[in-house]
Amino acid sequence: MITSSLLNLKTTSLYSLHKELGAKIVPFAGYQMPVSYPEGIIKEHIHTRNEVSLFDISHMGLIQLEGLPVVKYIETLAPANLIGLERNRQCYSFFLNEKGGIIDDFVAMNTGKDYRLVVNAGNTDLVVSLLNSSEKFRNNITLLEKYSMIALQGPKSGQIMKSLKGNCEDMSFMDVRFMNLVGIECLVTRSGYTGEDGFEIVASSNEIETLARNILEFPSVAPAGLGARDTLRLEAGLCLHGNDIGPAISPIEAKIAWAIPPVRRKGGTRSGGFSGSKRIFELLEFGASKYRVGLLTNQRIPVRSGTQLWNESKEEIGTVTSGAFAPSLGKPIGMGYVLNQEAFNGNHIHATIRGKRIDLHVTSLPFMKTNYYRA
Amino acid sequence: MTNIRYTEDHEWALLEEDIVTVGITDFAQDQLGDLVFVELPNIDNVVKKGDEAAIIESVKAAGDVKSPMGGKIIEINTTLIDAPEKVNQDPMGYGWFYKILISDMSEWDSLLDEETYQEMVTSSS
Repeated sequence: MITSSLLNLKTTSLYSLHKELGAKIVPFAGYQMPVSYPEGIIKEHIHTRNEVSLFDISHMGLIQLEGLPVVKYIETLAPANLIGLERNRQCYSFFLNEKGGIIDDFVAMNTGKDYRLVVNAGNTDLVVSLLNSSEKFRNNITLLEKYSMIALQGPKSGQIMKSLKGNCEDMSFMDVRFMNLVGIECLVTRSGYTGEDGFEIVASSNEIETLARNILEFPSVAPAGLGARDTLRLEAGLCLHGNDIGPAISPIEAKIAWAIPPVRRKGGTRSGGFSGSKRIFELLEFGASKYRVGLLTNQRIPVRSGTQLWNESKEEIGTVTSGAFAPSLGKPIGMGYVLNQEAFNGNHIHATIRGKRIDLHVTSLPFMKTNYYRA
Repeated sequence: MTNIRYTEDHEWALLEEDIVTVGITDFAQDQLGDLVFVELPNIDNVVKKGDEAAIIESVKAAGDVKSPMGGKIIEINTTLIDAPEKVNQDPMGYGWFYKILISDMSEWDSLLDEETYQEMVTSSS
């Protein structure tokens, strides 16, 4: 039986380090998290694109799965190919409801010893209760609460891992490996949420601060908070659950159906058999009525989540789901959903902010070329 | 007696004869983070005390600069339009927003003095 509580705001094992570094702390998904450090979001963002940044992502939920039966069970909740997931690899997938909406998106890894899921902080309790809805597997599903997670992101993150004597030069994007870093047992994946090359590192909560301090000693490493994490992922065209995807949005509408592998699609050897499969197959075959798109403007004013979008005929055609100033592009960007017939590159649409018309055009995602590493 | 006073919404007002210059405090700019957009009022606009005279957007959030006193806008800091980061760099100086020719001097007395404002900020953080 696993339980977790969000009754009080929790802190991560790096909380005192964040305070020492001068972080601005905000409540986020039940945790007190650093939104930025004294450099500020823009500098932290740019530093990540040029150098390497350290993020505390210990608020994310880490769930251990033991044994093949529970892995098969996960495949009834998500259109993933976990049975076929190679050793030392991870994949991106999502838990779906009966309507094909996204309960949560996650990363699943096959460590060779077990399987692990990394789920969104704000959805951890929901996912845990979803997984426990079948009593059969409760002993094989464990929320790992004594572990913490950090992300090292940026073009120089490989150099830092090399300096830490991490054995990861031959790791490609989405590879998974256990290794020892500065005497600490770590589970390392080459992945992230910024569009850059980088690593996500799981270690015991007792040792994570030592590891983080060792990493921060390199002159090219700077701490970055959730603010920069958000602008980086937005430029990289990545969805944030709760903003850009959610229980009322399908992966087809969100344009992340690439994560549904052929083996789970019509004609695949393990076709269907997951929540919402009927709806998903309909959408894959006939298309959706709206799609997620990028939004660009030449004006300086950012469009924010919830802003309505209109076409030239003054018809409401959609809504913004994420919007911010993009530090690398030097202008505001956004993401949102527009009607199928409006979801084409270059389509001129507009929004109204405080009575002023903001001209936007639809663009494909991502806004910036991603720099994932392939060994 | 100092000629700078504050509002509970973290604006500052510098009084010189019958003109006040308005900006946001260092605390406010720090809370907002990097500013990326500033929208200034039009010159000759008449504002009442508490009106949202200017709009500001940081990377993550939108806010406004309320008018600490009523009157007519007589000058705006147009350099902020292309360089909103000035507000972060020098909120009490080059980062000023607008100047008002005030219409009711008695409103000055309702503003917070330095000590009261700093106490408010300290107790809220």
